[in-house]
Amino acid sequence: MTAPILEATRIVAGYEPGLPIVRGASIAAKAGEITAILGPNGAGKSTLIKAIAGLVLVSSGKITLADADITETPAHQHIRQGLAFVPQTENVFAGMSVEENLKIAVHILPKAARADRLEKTFALFPDLARQRQLLAGRLSGGQRQMLAAARALVVEPRVLMLDEPSAGLSPKFVASVFAKLVEIRQIGVAIVLVEQNVRAALAIADRAYVLVEGENRHEGTARDLANDPNVAALYFGAHTERAA
Amino acid sequence: MILDIFAYGTFFLATALTYAIVCLGLNLQWGQTGLFNVGVAGFVAIGAYTSALLTTPATPGRFGGYGLPIAVGWILAIVVAAAASWCVGKITLRLRADYLAITTFGVAVVIQLVALNAEPLTGGPFGIGFIPRPFASLAEQVALYDVLHLLLVAAVLAAVYLVLERLAGSPWGRVLGAIREDEEAAVSLGKDANGFRLQAFVLGGAIMGLAGAIQAHFIGFIAPENYLPALTFQVWAMLIIGGSGNNRGAILGAILVWGLWSFSGAAIGSLVPADFQARAATLRIVVVGLALVSILLWRPRGLLPE
Amino acid sequence: MNLQFVADGLAMGAMIGLGAIGLTLTYSILRFANFVHGEFIAWGAYTGLVVANGLIVLSPKSGSFGPFSFGWALLIGLFAAMLCGVALALLVDKFAFKQLRMQSNTIVLVIASFGLSLALRSLLEFFVTSQPAYYSRDIQMAVPLGLGVRVTPDQLLVLALAAGLLVVVHVILTRTHAGRAMRAFSENPLLAEVAGIDGAAVVRMTWALGGALAAASGVMLGITVQIRPTMGFDMLLPLFAAAILGGIGSVPGAVMGGLIIGLAEAGGVQLFGGSYRAAVAFLILIAVLLVRPNGLFGRRP
Ligand SMILES: Nc1ncnc2c1ncn2[C@@H]1O[C@H](COP(=O)(O)OP(=O)(O)OP(=O)(O)O)[C@@H](O)[C@H]1O
Ligand SMILES: [Mg+2]
Repeated sequence: MTAPILEATRIVAGYEPGLPIVRGASIAAKAGEITAILGPNGAGKSTLIKAIAGLVLVSSGKITLADADITETPAHQHIRQGLAFVPQTENVFAGMSVEENLKIAVHILPKAARADRLEKTFALFPDLARQRQLLAGRLSGGQRQMLAAARALVVEPRVLMLDEPSAGLSPKFVASVFAKLVEIRQIGVAIVLVEQNVRAALAIADRAYVLVEGENRHEGTARDLANDPNVAALYFGAHTERAA
Repeated sequence: MILDIFAYGTFFLATALTYAIVCLGLNLQWGQTGLFNVGVAGFVAIGAYTSALLTTPATPGRFGGYGLPIAVGWILAIVVAAAASWCVGKITLRLRADYLAITTFGVAVVIQLVALNAEPLTGGPFGIGFIPRPFASLAEQVALYDVLHLLLVAAVLAAVYLVLERLAGSPWGRVLGAIREDEEAAVSLGKDANGFRLQAFVLGGAIMGLAGAIQAHFIGFIAPENYLPALTFQVWAMLIIGGSGNNRGAILGAILVWGLWSFSGAAIGSLVPADFQARAATLRIVVVGLALVSILLWRPRGLLPE
Repeated sequence: MNLQFVADGLAMGAMIGLGAIGLTLTYSILRFANFVHGEFIAWGAYTGLVVANGLIVLSPKSGSFGPFSFGWALLIGLFAAMLCGVALALLVDKFAFKQLRMQSNTIVLVIASFGLSLALRSLLEFFVTSQPAYYSRDIQMAVPLGLGVRVTPDQLLVLALAAGLLVVVHVILTRTHAGRAMRAFSENPLLAEVAGIDGAAVVRMTWALGGALAAASGVMLGITVQIRPTMGFDMLLPLFAAAILGGIGSVPGAVMGGLIIGLAEAGGVQLFGGSYRAAVAFLILIAVLLVRPNGLFGRRP
C-alpha cells in the first residue's frame, strides 16, 4: 500500500462565516489512481475541492500534499507545489489564444524547461496543437475541457483535480475526456474527479467518496461502491423523490 | 461678544442643517437604495438656479427674473431637480453601478460649465444676485433674521426627515432595502427593481434641489463656484462619517463635518499669514479627506450605523 | 469648417488615449471607477516641470532640440514624471485601496477614490498655487501641412511619442508574462490564481503601468496646452468617456475612444468655441450608454 499524496482531513469550509457548506468531509488521493467524489446536487463537492485549491476559506481541518501542510498556502502557490485544479466553468481564458493559455501556466517553471513542456503537452493533446493561435473562447465545449486540463497538466503536477469535466458535453466528448484521464493516470498523476455522472465516473475510478450535506456518506473502492445498494439508493432515491 | 457668538452659532447651524437636507437626499439614494451619485453638487445647483431665476426681479440680458413668490421657486426647484434626476436615472440605472457614478459626475461637470458660460441663462461667472429672502422685512435685524431662518431650515429638515423615516418603514422602504441587499431576490419576488430605484433616485435628487433653493434664498446670491465637486465630496463625507443608511447619522454627520470644515477654515484664518491664506484654504479638503479615510478604515459603518 | 480640428483632435486624442489605457486597465482589474487617475496626470506634469526647471538651472545652456520647444531637460523630466506616476499609484494603493479592498464593497472604493483625488489636487494646489505654468514660454511657429492644416512641431512629437508608448504597451500586454498575467487576471481572477498568478502582484503592476502612462500624458498635455493643478481633474470626463466608448478592459478600445473623443472635442471647439469642450465628452458618454453600453470593443454583455 502506498501512502496517499493528497489528504484533506475533516475539512470545514464555506462562503460566509458561520455558514459551513463542507462540514467535516475527508478525502485522500494516491498517485496513479483516479479518486472520484460523488454526491447529489448541492452536497458541497465543488466547495470541497475549491477549498483544497485554496479558493474557499477553510475554517478548520488540515490539507497535506506529500506530507507538506498546505492548508494556509495562498491559491497561486498550489500549482508550484504540484497541485493543479480545473474549475467546472470558465476554466480557460476565453480572450486569449490556446497557446497563451498554456504559456501563462508554464511560466512557473524555469525558463529552460518551458518550451519543452509546452511541446510535450501539445503532443498529449494533438487537437489543441492544431489550433494554437485560436482564441480559447472559440473552441468547442469538449476542446475547451481539453485545454483546461492541458493548462493544468503543462507543469506536470502530482495531483490533478477536476470539477465535473463531463458537464455539458455530448456523450462522444465525455468518452474522449474520460479516456484522456485514464491516459493521464498512467503517467502517475493522482487524479481527483468530481462527477455527477456516477456510472461513468465509477467505471474509470479506483476509489470513490460519496458526499452528502458536506459530510462523507460512503467511501471505498469504485467497484464496491458501484455494487453497493445504499449508493444506488441514494441516487435512485433522489430520482424517485423528484418524480413524486 | 456673546451676541457675536450667538449670531455665528445660528448662521453656522442654519448652514449645517441645509447640508443635512442634502445629506438626507443622498442617504435615500445611497444609504437606503445603494445608488451612487457623484454629482450631488449638480443637483443642488439645479435647485438653486431654478428657484433664483424664477423669483428674482427682471434682469436685462438674462433669462428668468419673473419675480415669482419664493414658495413657487422652491416647488419648481424640486420639480426641475426631480426631472433631471429622472433623465439620468433612466439612462444609467439599468447599467452597472459605477456607470451611474461616472454619469452623475459628468452631470455635475456639465452643470458647472453651463453655470459658468451660459451667461444669458445663468448670469455666468458672477452668478445671480438679489435673490429674495424669506422674512425680508426683518433683514435689518440681522440676529432675528438669522434665527427665523434657522427655524425655517430646521422645520424643512424635520419635515423631510419625518417623511423619509415614514417611507423607510413603509413597504416601499422595505422593498428598497431588499433591492439593495439582494437584487435578484427582490426581482424574483416580482418587484420591478429598476422602477423602485428610479423612484428613490428621483426623490433624493428632488430633496437636493430643495436644499439648493433654500440655501440660495438664505445667502441672497449664487455663483458657479458654490457648486464645485468639493461640495459633493463634503456631503459624501457627512453621510459616511455620520453613518450611511441612518437618517439621524446623516444629520449628525452634516453638523460634524460642517463644523470641521468651518473650524479648519477659522484655524487657517488665524494661524496662517494673510498672503498665504488662499493657498492654505485648499488644505481644508485634505483635512476632511483624512477624516473620511480614517472613518472608513476604523469605523467603516460610520458613527451611527444603520 | 476646415480640417484643422483633425490635427488638434489627434494630438489631444492621443493624450486622452494614453490616460484612458491606465483607467481601463485599473477598471478591469481592480473593478472600480478610479477617480484618482486624473491626479497621476497632474502630479506627473508638475514633476516634469520641477525636474526640467531644476536641470535648466543647473545647466542653462542645455537648450532645446531643433524645432521643438524643449530639450534634454524635459526628456529627463518626462522620465521622472513617469516614475512619480508609478510611485504615487503604488502609494495610493498601499495606504488606501489595499485596506479598503479587503473590507468594503466596490462603491466605497469609488467614493474613497473621489475623495482622495480631491485631496491630492488640493495638496498640489497648495504647493504650486492655481496659476497655470508652462514648460517653455517660447511661442512655436505652426507649420502648414496642406489642406489648411497647421501643426506645431511639438504636437507632432507628442503624437509620435504617444504612438511609441502605445507600441510599448502593446508589446508588454501581448508578449510578456506580466502583460499576459494582467489580461488573464482581468478576465478571470480566480482562474488566474489557480494558474499560479499572484493577484497582488498583478494589481501592483496595473497601478504602476496606469500611473506611468497617465503621468506621461500629463507631460505631453503640459507641452502642448498648459500645466494647471486642475488639469487631471478636467481630463477625467474625457478619460472615462474614452474608456467606456472603447469598452472597459480593452486597450485598443481605450486608444480608439481617446482619438474619437479628441477629434469630437476639437470639432466641437471649432464649431462652438472652447467654453463647452468638456460637454462633448459627456454627450458621447451618454450616447454610448444609451446605444452601446459595452462600448466598441466591450467583452461581456
Ligand atoms: N459562490 C458561492 N457563494 C455562496 N454560496 C455558494 C457558492 N457556491 C455554492 N454555494 C452554495 O454551496 C452549496 C454547495 O454547493 P456546491 O457547488 O459545493 O455543490 P456541488 O456538490 O458541487 O453541487 P453540484 O452537483 O450542483 O455542482 C449550495 O447550496 C450552493 O448554493
Ligand atoms: Mg459542483
